[in-house]
Amino acid sequence: MTVFIIRRLMQSAFVLLIMSLLVFFGVYAIGDPVEIFIAADADQIERERAMQALGLDQPIWAQYGFFLLNAMRGDLGRSFVFNIPSIELILQRLPATLELAACAVTLSVLVGIPLGMYAGYRPQSRIAKAIMATSIAGFSLPTFWVGLMLILVFAVQLGWLPSTGRGQLGEFLGIHSSLFTLDGLAHLLLPAFNLALFNISLVIRLTRAGMRENMPMDYVKFARAKGLTQRRVVFVHVLKNIMIPVVTVIGLEIGQVIAFAVVTETIFAWPGMGKLIIDSINRLDRPVIVAYLLITVVMFIVINLVVDILYSILDPRVRLADAGH
Amino acid sequence: MAGASAIPAVETPFRRFVDDFCESRMAVTALCVFAIIFIAAILCPLLSPQNPYDLRQLDIMDGKLPPGTPSSADFVFWLGSDGQGRDMISAILYGLRTSFMVAVTSGVLAAFVGTTVGLVAAYYGGRVDMILMRMVDIKLAFPAILIALVLLAVLGQGTGKIVLALVIIQYAYYARTVRASALVERRKEYVEAAHCLALPKSRILFRHILPNCLPPLIVVATIQIANAIALEATLSFLGVGLPITEPSLGLLIANGFQFILSGVYWISFFPGFALLVTIVSINLVGDHLRDVLNPRLQK
Repeated sequence: MTVFIIRRLMQSAFVLLIMSLLVFFGVYAIGDPVEIFIAADADQIERERAMQALGLDQPIWAQYGFFLLNAMRGDLGRSFVFNIPSIELILQRLPATLELAACAVTLSVLVGIPLGMYAGYRPQSRIAKAIMATSIAGFSLPTFWVGLMLILVFAVQLGWLPSTGRGQLGEFLGIHSSLFTLDGLAHLLLPAFNLALFNISLVIRLTRAGMRENMPMDYVKFARAKGLTQRRVVFVHVLKNIMIPVVTVIGLEIGQVIAFAVVTETIFAWPGMGKLIIDSINRLDRPVIVAYLLITVVMFIVINLVVDILYSILDPRVRLADAGH
Repeated sequence: MAGASAIPAVETPFRRFVDDFCESRMAVTALCVFAIIFIAAILCPLLSPQNPYDLRQLDIMDGKLPPGTPSSADFVFWLGSDGQGRDMISAILYGLRTSFMVAVTSGVLAAFVGTTVGLVAAYYGGRVDMILMRMVDIKLAFPAILIALVLLAVLGQGTGKIVLALVIIQYAYYARTVRASALVERRKEYVEAAHCLALPKSRILFRHILPNCLPPLIVVATIQIANAIALEATLSFLGVGLPITEPSLGLLIANGFQFILSGVYWISFFPGFALLVTIVSINLVGDHLRDVLNPRLQK
């Protein structure tokens, strides 16, 4: 296990290095770095001073080293708009995005697994067919449009739920979150559902497929022959086996959810880092864009690593294959 | 082969494919719906009562009229009008035409790049394969929308740039699919035979192996075109995709978003609905194509 983690960590470091190269050449070589890091209204003297300060008169490989060193110290430039270090700006907004993403993922598990299990348990029933038809719609509906329609129905027509912002934040164990107040929960519901919709459909389909695959297996027959109740067979034995693909996919989807939060946050004016990146792109606040990119890359690498470790814990076959090498 | 003359029509692979496809009524309906939308979008200058992106034809007094209101020119806004007085039907058709143009262009380019990468990786193997596929893996580890945002943030807005972003996003799916099936095909006897005939490598790759990799490629292409349409609309909605002067469903929906809180639903609703019908019909066709083209499921 330790060997496995060390090897994956080394792989991750390698991917991070490659990504930093790509980001560096993307931002510094394709875009004009002077334009990216110096405010558009700077005059000639300011530009030259800034170019020297940024080391732009150095050869490109020296520049890359400089960029890497600064990045490792957590210095990715200051935001033009807010004039605070861009990394700090993003870390301020990160909790709101993580909260939204976590709620969306939880929602997709809580809704998707029971519906998927039912659809797989009784595939011919009318309810199961309705569930599957809904899940196809969930796949095809464009997220941003669903968000607008949710606002239209629940905020404008019915007036039940608020459509913008995070609402009142509550504090619990030093964490500020919308989860701890009723007002916050009301604000959270629509965006979380909007973000979860795609994953609910995905989880339904995976669970259903797993259910249909596992039910005719020998271990199920054996468990029944042993005299276990149907409830125990389904909810303990079968569920455990269904969970392997579901956990993997959900883990990988966390990254997707964080990325897609850009859309949901824009629609519901949720003050997370997704909205920040869109605002930054529109304002040409490029240090923030660079910082967002690198932080997300790190986040993705961590998520992939955790999923791989979880996967090998859940599925003993993976561990065996690993030990065999 | 005595009985062959008794069969009225020669069964070619293509005919078998068409017959199999027509078995599902749902897929045929979806294909028809898609064909109607596609043709209507291509012919939009002929079908729509106004050119919604010609400012001379717009009357600001016609802005935000509900569906069914007559316009100041002599036609009716069957689906209402947007903030600038554009007829929604015309705007949707023009927007769909842009969607199709972007999706098909990027799809063809991505298929070309991806197929080449996949074939080369599978055929040469070894280090070439490792490098090419590592690049694909790294690309696939990041969500499409994130890559698109980054590219468009660096490159700026524009039709050409969004096509470039879509190609970079999508080539990986084609590359992976083609590599997987090319790896299987490469070991088959007809490839060995072609080698023995001393045919040039490029000929073996593109004339012998590629045609046999087509079925999964077609399925990927259908799904990727649907994805490209959705992604283009999303990016335009966010304001990082097409410039505001281009007809686009995403921009139209974003435009309607400003008025949605005052109950003006039609500017956002109808373009989104058109988008939904288009994507669902493509997905249904793709879903059935996957069943028809999968040899494991054939009777």
